[in-house]
Amino acid sequence: MSTENNILVKLHNAGFKQNNKWLVEGVSLTVEKGKIVTLIGPNGSGKSTTAKIALGIYKNIEGNVEKYTNKVGYVPQKISIDWTLPLRVCDFMLLTESISEKDIDEALSLTGVIHLKNKNLGNLSGGEFQRVLIARAISKKPELLVLDEPVQGVDYTGEIALYELIKNISDTLSCGILLISHDLHTVMTATDHVVCLNGHVCCSGSPMDVAKNNEYKALFGEKASQILTVYEHKHDHVHSDEGEIKKN
Amino acid sequence: MFDDFFVRALFAGIGIAFVTGPLGCFVVWRRLSYFGDTLAHSALLGVTMAYTLDLNIAISVFLISSVIALILIQLQKKTNLPGDALLGLLAHSSLAVGLVVIGFLTFIRFDIMGLLFGDILAVTTDDLLIIWTGGALILLVLKLIWKPLFASTVNYELAEAEGLNPDRAKAIFTILMAAVIAISIKMVGLLLITGMLIIPAAMARNISDSPQKMVIFSIIGGLLSVVLGLYSSLEFNTSSGPSIIAASLALFILSLFKIKQSIKLKN
Repeated sequence: MSTENNILVKLHNAGFKQNNKWLVEGVSLTVEKGKIVTLIGPNGSGKSTTAKIALGIYKNIEGNVEKYTNKVGYVPQKISIDWTLPLRVCDFMLLTESISEKDIDEALSLTGVIHLKNKNLGNLSGGEFQRVLIARAISKKPELLVLDEPVQGVDYTGEIALYELIKNISDTLSCGILLISHDLHTVMTATDHVVCLNGHVCCSGSPMDVAKNNEYKALFGEKASQILTVYEHKHDHVHSDEGEIKKN
Repeated sequence: MFDDFFVRALFAGIGIAFVTGPLGCFVVWRRLSYFGDTLAHSALLGVTMAYTLDLNIAISVFLISSVIALILIQLQKKTNLPGDALLGLLAHSSLAVGLVVIGFLTFIRFDIMGLLFGDILAVTTDDLLIIWTGGALILLVLKLIWKPLFASTVNYELAEAEGLNPDRAKAIFTILMAAVIAISIKMVGLLLITGMLIIPAAMARNISDSPQKMVIFSIIGGLLSVVLGLYSSLEFNTSSGPSIIAASLALFILSLFKIKQSIKLKN
């Protein structure tokens, strides 16, 4: 298969403006089958916005988005569910697609929450709910998985296991994954392509390339780049509080 | 069999309960009770239009309520007023305009009480036909949009991201709301339709742990309210609407005991 056919979603110079303020602009990235693309960047740098642009949740965007699949699994960063709804975990699993009982059980077992299947969603802890969210997203065997800080609130050992699971899923289902994560270690070891955001794309490339990049170091500090490699560097610009670039 | 006014009223009420059950659940889940009220108030304008133009009341009410719903959606987009202010604006102004128009129609004798609170004597065989075919149609459409509507009720962004087109489902649901008000106005009366939508659903919420169960209990609650309400309306010579709503309130109060029990069980 040519690489053209492997493309699941492609952002070209995409941006989104709200109340006359750019949340993010000029983002170009491509998610292909079997590849993990990770977005990193400080708070408010436009990671979730970029994910929502890729998903088509934001309508009036600049630039363009080409989406080649409708089989999407999404784990949002924030989810507010209204508890006027009586909703069990097993009802929630069927929310957007009718999947078999077997697939539900399998997905819940993989994320370690099968025992919660008949529990009310409102009674789960934050970490448990996060595992259910991941299970729901993978149970429909999507072609594109968008995971926005998927392991927030999950305990340390669970975090490692879940990242391993995510890596496995990308291999076995050969689905493309757009991941947002603050865990630089995971990002740098398990990702094919890293996009470093700060209102715009600061730098992107393989984890190795990004770790060497000066802008990355400027954003995350020297320690962060030592996760992969130690490298000589010079800052060529700094960011003001408004995120604007100032050349040194 | 439908010669007896009471049998007609009973069948009309049963037909209405089948539709208000599931729709009422969505009204509760999506917090639309005031929206339902607004559409119901605007129904008065629909009734006056029916009399002036000699149209069927249900069809005329359906048209006016749909128009009011569309105006509301447009106003929400175009103005900075909060949603509840817009709802109040449309509800009371359409009620007022409806009453003013009635004032001008001196040549027609209006039963205002019947309009506001329902009248079991008013149900004709034609109304039965409209309630049952209209009701079946509403339920069929609701079944078709169930998945996107329910998913976006739980979380809009999940539904949108995973390709379910929640905006279309929401627009269709708005039309269904106008339709259910149109078919139930004669029986329940325009001031009490929202009660018929939310009280059985609220009762069902107290005793259900899944959305499907809540829909089923809501239908059963509505059916019981209609039967109990209509028999007491006949017995005590009260308006049909208030009698049905009072019966549903009694069921709601009963359901509160179930909550108490389950809280006790937990402790």
